Amino acid sequence: MPKVTVDGLEIEVPAGATVLQACEMAGKEIPRFCYHERLSIAGNCRMCLVEIAPGPPKPQASCALPATEGQIIRTDTPMVKKAREGVMEFLLINHPLDCPICDQGGECDLQDQSVAYGRGASRFEENKRAVTEKYMGPLVKTAMTRCIQCTRCVRFAEEVAGIEEVGAIGRGENMQITTYLEHAMQSELSGNVVDLCPVGALTSKPYAFEARPWELKKTPSIDVMDAVGTNIRLDSRGRAVLRALPRINDDVNEEWASDKTRHAVDGLTHRRLDKPYIRKDGKLVAASWVEAFDAIKAHWTGEAAVLAGDQVDCETMFAARALAGTSMLEGRQTGLAYDTSSLSAVNFNTTIAGIENADVILLVGSDLRREAPLVNTRIQKAIRKRGAKVFAIGPVTDLTYKVEWLGDDLSALTKAPKALTEALKNAERPAIIVGGGALRYAGVHGAALAFAKKFKLVRDGWNGFNVLHFAAARMGGLMLGYAHDGGIKKLAAASPTLAFFLGADEVDYSLFSNTFKVYVGHHGDNGAHHADVIMPGAAYSEKSGTYVNLEGRVQRGERAVFPPGDAREDWAIFRALSDALGKRLPFDSVDALRGEMAKVVPALGVEGLANYGWNEPSLSAEVNGKIADYPIKDFYLTNAICRASETMQKCSSELVHGTQILEAAE
Amino acid sequence: MTSIAHLIKTFTLWEFVKAHWLTLQYFFKPKATINYPFEKNPLSARFRGEHALRRYPNGEERCIACKLCEAVCPALAITIESEPRDDGSRRTTRYDIDMTKCIYCGFCQEACPVDAIVEGPNFEFATETREELLYDKAKLLDNGAKWERAIAANLAADAPYR
Repeated sequence: MPKVTVDGLEIEVPAGATVLQACEMAGKEIPRFCYHERLSIAGNCRMCLVEIAPGPPKPQASCALPATEGQIIRTDTPMVKKAREGVMEFLLINHPLDCPICDQGGECDLQDQSVAYGRGASRFEENKRAVTEKYMGPLVKTAMTRCIQCTRCVRFAEEVAGIEEVGAIGRGENMQITTYLEHAMQSELSGNVVDLCPVGALTSKPYAFEARPWELKKTPSIDVMDAVGTNIRLDSRGRAVLRALPRINDDVNEEWASDKTRHAVDGLTHRRLDKPYIRKDGKLVAASWVEAFDAIKAHWTGEAAVLAGDQVDCETMFAARALAGTSMLEGRQTGLAYDTSSLSAVNFNTTIAGIENADVILLVGSDLRREAPLVNTRIQKAIRKRGAKVFAIGPVTDLTYKVEWLGDDLSALTKAPKALTEALKNAERPAIIVGGGALRYAGVHGAALAFAKKFKLVRDGWNGFNVLHFAAARMGGLMLGYAHDGGIKKLAAASPTLAFFLGADEVDYSLFSNTFKVYVGHHGDNGAHHADVIMPGAAYSEKSGTYVNLEGRVQRGERAVFPPGDAREDWAIFRALSDALGKRLPFDSVDALRGEMAKVVPALGVEGLANYGWNEPSLSAEVNGKIADYPIKDFYLTNAICRASETMQKCSSELVHGTQILEAAE
Repeated sequence: MTSIAHLIKTFTLWEFVKAHWLTLQYFFKPKATINYPFEKNPLSARFRGEHALRRYPNGEERCIACKLCEAVCPALAITIESEPRDDGSRRTTRYDIDMTKCIYCGFCQEACPVDAIVEGPNFEFATETREELLYDKAKLLDNGAKWERAIAANLAADAPYR
């Protein structure tokens, strides 16, 4: 642990820390553009200059210099001030002063730092450089004249997203950042380069010119597009959510967010259900809340089935369950029927941050890149930083890193090939990830558990057994008992007279032809088309909700905007309905509801990782057959919000189907 | 002595005569009032009157939707919405000024980087209803077209002091 002195303050820094990190530990702000905590060090912007003794009598770039014993670092001398002013002046030579039309204006590193560390006036009177704009796909808008060549985007694409498609060509003043042959970035994480870009060279295309950062209301929330539970910040103005940005949470999403998380928010204002509907003579007719309640009351027999969709919060599921008063609960819409007697056996036990430390990973029918892009980045990291080996059973697909494919035959689980057994023999922290899609094959769950037992994936201080869900409501649903024995088919076979569908849009509604279907949700999607009564609810941005992510982490999001029209928060709908049905629910506020919920499932009352312990259910380990395909065919159109989003439609047609939506001819 | 002088002044109605003399003097002097609205006083080039959105000589609107005027407005009278125009440039789709809120401080024209929003020399825009004072983009651009010559002259006159 070297001791260094920063501006007269002596501190001890961890071995391997850089001078810049040492200065930060001492509470000194060091301006920087190219340095980023989660990317490799480039040292090309030269903004982080400091004065160091012993050493040559000149300012040195602190980001790339290791802190060593006895260093005396100065960040406040006239030499440092002059050096920073000089660097800033050089950076601004070729930077256009178009801040008023730049979307980065107001949240721009270059703007802020030129105010704080710059000279204030320009001495440059010559012509500025101009660079042609590059095409980077439907989400990233470029204005390459503004680029200061920090190469953060290049490093991100290579190191985190795992695509080597962004790079720099030319040198000196002629250096330009571009994508390979100017193709769209083929990544589920391309939106992150917008956040990384310290200037306005890369900005968000769907959000172009929409708003300024100072007009937006910022609300901390939790993303529901996949089961990762990305911590997000919803930026809203008036009644519309304009953008979603990731919040930093090292345990979950670090500071990344997938493109779906970021850009599906425009779907929140399209195709919304804003008043109750009742089906009359085969057609849905707008109605009042009272009429909707009366229609439900006519079919109320004292209990009802409840089917939860993929994006429902725990509060809604709990309120529905309390009203329905039944065991006919199911959340696995597509008909999965795996055993849920032990929650630890269907959980991502290694944790998202923990999977980084794995040294051998076996993927079973899991297309991580589409099912949980942020878990994929962790595995990418495990490979890059710790040399992890990845094996996979399933159809070959591009996961952005090197994978040893063991074929799509599931028997590889019971009779492991030699390469896998060899690797597992020497592994210290081996892990298996069973995709939610693989669980549809009988016996896979049992075989995976037997595999974990055979190769001791669960050992002291390490649990390598993981199931990867891709529905935000899944773990919360399982904790609340939304798993019917035998899955949705068996539930439908019991033909309930009344069923509530909580935003369930992937359910096969033909199974419920004799059931009175009440859809409680926010989008006019598949579920609403089949419903007999529609009760308009709130989307994730419009309610304060508890979500449990795939590793069992209980997280809460807050309300950013109000639901449109007559739509109400879902739990309040059930509370009001309970009055109409003469079965008053014992809560009048979200807090009261949470209190009741914590009484039933205590783990849902505390934010943080729920502890499921580790116990294996005894399941048959017999398995045969092949994994035919992965469940997510189109990453950009997996739920009702995405399908209503113009941006996601564009991404889907361009990035998945390879066609460009043509602009209307003028 | 003073009491005698006082007596004489009282009985000769001296104050009365003095006052009439003053009135008579003003009667022959030139008038200070003007015949408004047919005559008007000169205005400073910096006079802050009714707002206008200006255009460039080629007809292109100056406003680039940077929203600095909206941000600086202490009365929160300005509302702007923007999006990319068909040619990709940044333009407003909505530019409203609530003239009933406006306090005519002139911060908006100070903040404007392209001299698009200005407070022109017009102060005669009283209306019969409140609603007419909620200006939209069309009204402001129309004002700009109407007052451009006077505004340009004022800006030119003030330019040396900036």
